[in-house]
Amino acid sequence: MNVEAIRSIYRYEMARTFRTLFQSVVSPVISTSLYFVVFGTAIGSRIDQVEGVDYGAFIVPGLIMLTVLMQSISNASFGIYMPRFIGTIYEQLSAPISFIEILIGYVGAAATKSFAIGLIIYVTANFFVSLPVAHPIWMLTFLALTCITFSLFGFIIGIWAKNFEQLQLVPLLVISPLAFLGGTFYSITMLPPLWQTITLFNPVVYLVSGFRWAFFGLADVPVGLSIAAIAAFSALCLGIVWWIFKTGYRIRS
Amino acid sequence: MASIVSARGVRKTYGSGFEALKGVDLEIEQGEILALLGPNGAGKTTLISMICGITEISAGNISVGGHDVVRDFRAARSLIGLVPQEVSIEPFEKVMNTVRFSRGLFGKRRDDAFLERILRDLSLWDKRDTPTRELSGGMKRRVLIAKALSHEPSVLFLDEPTAGVDVELRTGMWETVDRLRAAGTTIILTTHYIEEAEAIADRVAVINQGRILLVEEKERLLHRMGRKQLTIELQEPVAEIPPALAAYGLERAEDGNALVYTYDRAAERTGITSLLGDLAEAGFTLRDLHTRQSSLEDIFVDLVRERS
Ligand SMILES: Nc1ncnc2c1ncn2[C@@H]1O[C@H](COP(=O)(O)OP(=O)(O)O)[C@@H](O)[C@H]1O
Ligand SMILES: [Mg+2]
Repeated sequence: MNVEAIRSIYRYEMARTFRTLFQSVVSPVISTSLYFVVFGTAIGSRIDQVEGVDYGAFIVPGLIMLTVLMQSISNASFGIYMPRFIGTIYEQLSAPISFIEILIGYVGAAATKSFAIGLIIYVTANFFVSLPVAHPIWMLTFLALTCITFSLFGFIIGIWAKNFEQLQLVPLLVISPLAFLGGTFYSITMLPPLWQTITLFNPVVYLVSGFRWAFFGLADVPVGLSIAAIAAFSALCLGIVWWIFKTGYRIRS
Repeated sequence: MASIVSARGVRKTYGSGFEALKGVDLEIEQGEILALLGPNGAGKTTLISMICGITEISAGNISVGGHDVVRDFRAARSLIGLVPQEVSIEPFEKVMNTVRFSRGLFGKRRDDAFLERILRDLSLWDKRDTPTRELSGGMKRRVLIAKALSHEPSVLFLDEPTAGVDVELRTGMWETVDRLRAAGTTIILTTHYIEEAEAIADRVAVINQGRILLVEEKERLLHRMGRKQLTIELQEPVAEIPPALAAYGLERAEDGNALVYTYDRAAERTGITSLLGDLAEAGFTLRDLHTRQSSLEDIFVDLVRERS
């Protein structure tokens, strides 16, 4: 294992983050604050409480998940897509490293960044609502797993995409709807029974539910199921990545 | 001499079904400068990309320093530096950082003193903190060279390093290549400029349409295939060549003000002495003489014509 190479990719990617600090960190914080103002304050003043939790606080885990999902995907996909697009990928391909090192470098950097953003949003949220965390270790674990899994997913998109349009397409057409319909702003128990069943096919439900449990100790689906869902999704992504690396799909001609 | 790069029966068929290399055998010797010479589309970049691990090998074997480039890719690639044909470079990163990145990617510990020497040699030290997008085209290409040298390769591939580069920079590049060779680096240079191969290569491999036509020492190639021309400038123009001189196959040039004699430098007798004697006898007064060695360009054109 070429540790120096992993460190090199990781550092380079983190430097990119710091070059675009405003775009990468400040903008998610601002948009999350806007959600608080709109949903938490405007709607929250009418809904009051969900399952015994203040509505303003109730939406925080979902909001963090929403942002972290999007950030993980966009960071990781962009990180590997750019070298392909500019042509600098020749360096990674001709270096004495395997795809494992490339993967750890890029996914690690993307996950680190979205993890940091998740924590920043958590801190920001504390300015608006009081937010006790029932299971801090689990909260961090869920956050980290989500960051890593969805960075993996983003990495795959970054390799699959042939142009910028495709790069934006998956987050926009697939992830946004799933994230919004995944119980970010409500408990799925508030839905009619048929929709509750349909919703159970949405993987984001398991993430949000598990994460919310870490905060308030209440969940839409059993926690074990949430963890299993993340594990299954990671396994799926790893499988795809393994196949990509084995076949050189869209990387080596 | 031991070969440091060895390609045996190498073929490449692209996804489109196009066969870019049709069985290439090539041995590159330690410490030499080999020019891979061929027209556009000959397969130069394809061959280099396969040696460096950027393109899959369809058939055959390649080894670098005795390590198979597929099975033992880490050991093989550690020895290689590559300067690609396209100037691909991350636009927002600073020169020093991007060179440092390359070194790290090859698993070498950070060594800024070493990188400073490389940047100074390539006249880039003043630009170390400049984002690469602010550099001129020639500087960007030098950054790519710095990146390739950053991990101390023993084999350096330069894919058309001077394409689209001005004369001054080209000479600078050749000096760099000379310095590297003096330090023991093996250099493979692709080019379709024959003068480039002629100026700096020890050996020349000619490639066309996916096949290596020949590999030979440059001097020997020039010698073996080189024809020389003797141009004889006359005091008085001549309307036609006298029958007495017919055996020499002379050509009139410059409206009869000169005669051109083509001969084989490698031949036992060049026939110059008797030609000059016969010219005097025929009553010609000579103004000047000069000879010209045919260049690789002429040889190359002959070769390609002959084999296709
Ligand atoms: N990715 C590719 N897919 C299909 N054909 C290719 C590809 N890359 C190069 N070729 C073809 O292979 C041939 C050799 O190309 P290349 O190695 O770039 O030549 P050179 O470097 O000698 O100019 C050309 O005919 C080119 O069109
Ligand atoms: Mg080429």
